Amino acid sequence: MKEKIHIFQPKLSWLAIPFALIFIAYFIVPLTLTLIVSFWDYTEYSIIPDFIVGNYIYIFDGCFTFENGLCLTFKTYISTFFFCFFTWLITLLLGFCVAYFLAFYVNSLPLQITLFLICTIPFWTSNVIRMVSWIPLLGRNGLVNDTLITLGLIQEPIEWLLYSSFSVILALVHLYTLFMIVPIFNSMLRIDKEVIEAAYDSGANQFQIIKNVIIPLCKPGIIIGSIFVITVVMGDFLTIGIMGGQQLASIGKIINTEMNYLQLPGAAANSVILLFITIFIIIVMTKFIDIRKEL
Amino acid sequence: MHKKGSLGFFIFLIIFSFFVVFLYGPILSIILLSFQGPSGGLTFPLNGFSLYWFGELWKGSGLVDIGASFRRSIMLGIFVMILTVVLSVSAGLAFRKKFIGSDLLFYTTIASLIVPSIVLSLGVALEFRLIDSIIITIGEMFEIQTILENFQTSLGMYTSGFGAQLTWTLPFGLLIMFAIFNRFDKSLEEAARDLGANPNQTFWYVVFPIIAPSIVGIALFGFTLSYDELARSSQVMGATNTLPLDLRGLTTTVTTPIIYALGTVTTSISFLVIGISLSFVYLLRHRKIK
Repeated sequence: MKEKIHIFQPKLSWLAIPFALIFIAYFIVPLTLTLIVSFWDYTEYSIIPDFIVGNYIYIFDGCFTFENGLCLTFKTYISTFFFCFFTWLITLLLGFCVAYFLAFYVNSLPLQITLFLICTIPFWTSNVIRMVSWIPLLGRNGLVNDTLITLGLIQEPIEWLLYSSFSVILALVHLYTLFMIVPIFNSMLRIDKEVIEAAYDSGANQFQIIKNVIIPLCKPGIIIGSIFVITVVMGDFLTIGIMGGQQLASIGKIINTEMNYLQLPGAAANSVILLFITIFIIIVMTKFIDIRKEL
Repeated sequence: MHKKGSLGFFIFLIIFSFFVVFLYGPILSIILLSFQGPSGGLTFPLNGFSLYWFGELWKGSGLVDIGASFRRSIMLGIFVMILTVVLSVSAGLAFRKKFIGSDLLFYTTIASLIVPSIVLSLGVALEFRLIDSIIITIGEMFEIQTILENFQTSLGMYTSGFGAQLTWTLPFGLLIMFAIFNRFDKSLEEAARDLGANPNQTFWYVVFPIIAPSIVGIALFGFTLSYDELARSSQVMGATNTLPLDLRGLTTTVTTPIIYALGTVTTSISFLVIGISLSFVYLLRHRKIK
């Protein structure tokens, strides 16, 4: 019997203290304050410590009577969920295919690392520039419209290519597909190749193998990727702002606007609601996995 | 199954190639357009080929002080990078053994990664605004002249700004440390100890060289994510602007290729940093064992 190696390791837990302090000062305390301030009162000039629920009542004003159709808050959430859903769907399909290609068709490790880095590098560059870079392609006189006109496929430039829901979702997919690729790829690398061979030898075709073997075994990666994409789009205000030409609504934009007008308790109340919805989505999704086992 | 040359291979190869073009096509188009001639506009075709717009950018014509925000962003990026490396590596070492609150700290870190950025930015801004009112109240109570006359806000790059960015960079740092230590062969440390190395020597001569490539990776995340960070920084930089904040402002006001020139410059810097870091990682991994 192999003897278990006894490993001497000094207790180093104190080394986590500075790390923990940063999260207390810049994460725990700020979020707690947000919760507290969401019950404060405010005027045009200042915020006043208080305990009122007025900020929340204001947000849901007219939401449950449906007198004037849907209220602004519900409309905004529907718009946010709309962006979330389509971005999630497209990044999932695209990310899965890219990860699948990298994990199963690229056999040489150096090539696999190189191709993976090619997918990753844009993540380390500026998001704003990556958004701006769609302008020469999608604009009214952009490359896409020009090409289509030259080919005689359209007479007039298509207007909805830029500053529309289309360009927002395109940019979100462009920015965040990587969040799907990395965890799904990671899950795929853990799949024992023999399991796939066994399925193949038993007569399963490729589609059946993907559906019955690979997808179930990639579930943790798919869920982690989905959590990343959904949470980042739920709170997005930059992409929807810049790519939507400041015309489309999202809950993140409402919070941002309220902050610019220094309506901090109102922004805090909206943040608390957004946070609870996000937490709810995550709890539902993590019912299926243990994140820590996936690293 | 998964043979090169099969139909499936070509389908997924096409999807992958499409994805790469999709990733890099737009950025290449603005790099090309930044060399637009003086009479050129925001779209193709190129009217001549010149460095005119880079010249305009250098002169800073009609723009806010881009040079200053550029330097600020680089300095802040370096500062955040150093903190990210030091804090993640030390926390990574601590996490090798369970300690009181280690699960709580781990889940806090993950939560910080996925909390909506605007919520975090608001929270940190609120925190420092409340600190402001406390300082002003103290100033009024004790009639401290310097506070009454000079104090404006405690919000700033090196008070609130770097912290908001760390909530984004540190989780990546810790996850990289987890990834390396989960695959770490502990018998190497045991061997070092058996040969008489003390804990310090074991770390610097055995553990550190093995994790060095990952540390470079953490540094890369620390710098680039801070240098380009916008969502969490948006409310917490106080009176000063970092480059991404200025850039966002320019997207709505600037209508000349000067913004492409700026995009080309910042992207080149990112690529330079990425290139240096990745070469470092490569060299560290392939160095000769003497």
